[in-house]
Amino acid sequence: MKDVKYIPQRDGYGLGLLELCKTREDILVLDADVAASTRTNWIRDQYPDHFYNLGISEQDMVGTAAGLALGGMIPYVSTYGVFLSGRAFDQMRTTVCYNNLKVRFGGAHAGISVGPDGATHQALEDIALARVLPKMMVIAPCDSEETRKAVIAAADIDGPVYFRFGREAVPVVTDESTPFEIGKARLVCEGADCAVFACGAMVYEAMCAAEELAKEGISLRVFDLHTIKPIDQEAILTAAKECGCIVTAEEHQTAGGLYSAVAEVIVKGQPVPMENVSVRDTFGQSGPPEALMNAYDLNAKGIVAAVRKVLERKA
Amino acid sequence: MVRNDLLAQCRQLRQDVLEMIHAAGSGHPGGSLSAVEILTALYFDVMKVDPANPGDPDRDRFILSKGHAAPILYAVLARKGYFAPEMLPTLRSLGSPLQGHPHMHMLPGLDCSSGSLGQGLSVANGLAFAARKQNKSYRTYCLMGDGEVQEGQVWEAAMTAAHFGLDNVCAIVDNNGVQLDGTTAEIMGVEPLNDKFRAFGWHVIECDGHDIHAVLAALEEAQATKGKPSVIIAKTVKGKGVSFMENQCGWHGKAPNKEELAAALAEIV
Repeated sequence: MKDVKYIPQRDGYGLGLLELCKTREDILVLDADVAASTRTNWIRDQYPDHFYNLGISEQDMVGTAAGLALGGMIPYVSTYGVFLSGRAFDQMRTTVCYNNLKVRFGGAHAGISVGPDGATHQALEDIALARVLPKMMVIAPCDSEETRKAVIAAADIDGPVYFRFGREAVPVVTDESTPFEIGKARLVCEGADCAVFACGAMVYEAMCAAEELAKEGISLRVFDLHTIKPIDQEAILTAAKECGCIVTAEEHQTAGGLYSAVAEVIVKGQPVPMENVSVRDTFGQSGPPEALMNAYDLNAKGIVAAVRKVLERKA
Repeated sequence: MVRNDLLAQCRQLRQDVLEMIHAAGSGHPGGSLSAVEILTALYFDVMKVDPANPGDPDRDRFILSKGHAAPILYAVLARKGYFAPEMLPTLRSLGSPLQGHPHMHMLPGLDCSSGSLGQGLSVANGLAFAARKQNKSYRTYCLMGDGEVQEGQVWEAAMTAAHFGLDNVCAIVDNNGVQLDGTTAEIMGVEPLNDKFRAFGWHVIECDGHDIHAVLAALEEAQATKGKPSVIIAKTVKGKGVSFMENQCGWHGKAPNKEELAAALAEIV
């Protein structure tokens, strides 16, 4: 891939919120003392009337957001995804989802690419935790631009939404004109030998894997599966039928994330061999982001290996 | 002026609570009976609510953070006219809007679902923020148990309300001194509640939670207090009104059988 721009996904979160606050009175942004990290400091500085910092208290922040939503506001609660989905899980479940409230959860620092902060700050279970909650929508955009679009598109969804987005600058693979529709997998490139469903920064890695394998005459059908719930069953079943095998790729534990979500669809409709690229039931560690991604095989090489494996099983 | 109307209402509500929990075969009589005067004062005097318009955006809000006291809230809503009292015996039965713990989407008049303790005050704060944003004058009341304040989130929310000066929030602690496994003093001491809330920046009002006039006066004082949130620490008796239930943790979550119901009603009516 040539001439790729690198921008942190969290910038897209901040930009999306800025756009919303510019025109809408009902949008509020809450943070738990990591505003400079999640980019909600941009809202604090430009639209102070739309911003509340609730201090280091994720549970209270989520509960407060529930109250705001009950009062007709649309709050975006923002902190590291690991604390949001873990620390405040019961608040998400019983006070937000059970009430089906319009609370948006901005889970920052998703995946192992958080880097040097290490395992405590790397959200690797958040997709699993969020997607088992009734009413919750789960979105894992692939780059900063798609994150911006997701933040804006989610504003009027009737119910709770969880987003996850990474910390580091990652390749920007979409632009303003790239279509984004919640619930609809985005076809990144056509192919017939194997379907790859990826989310987050792994979409770029899947594109690189496709390029690599094309040299050998193996064609991958790559999807950006940004919406993990509700999942695009049609795209998955069609790809399973036409390609005959599937690889998933995510910066998340193997259990409960994108891999599980895709598997749940194909086992009931179109069972085909599946392999996955994910974090294998282990915690992360400190290190430079790229080195970590490589250490855990969360890269194009890992996807290529998974494709080769699944192709063997397909044959 | 003695509010005989409210005193009569309290007797009716205690009867409703006991009958519905008996009919359900399970439920929480102790913490429902201790909150009778508090909810009566709120719904039959203080709060601006209209059963004919339960979704009115300008209505006062009530968050039952101690969601297990659902029976008294259901009884109050029924007697207030939100739904027919004949529905009360369906408590906890399959398909009933009267869930074991309140579910707002199943019953008009409920301002929030609850049941997982410690979360209501945060929700009340959120509503208070929303009212402030929208220049609305409604107030939000939040009833907590004294065992419930063992949850850490309560104190996170207490900080938030004080930090932002949410004087449109009024917390009420049903200070009955008993939780599921025993007395709060035995299980996990919560006192001194007054000093704790004062230290957190709240205006603290203490009253006898079974003296309806004292509760009304406390709510009036809370409403008049500006610049900071108010908490009413209402001294109550768990199981109030039924001698064999009073102060007994065994009646936290147990239904009276036929004989016990008859004995209890004989004391109340």
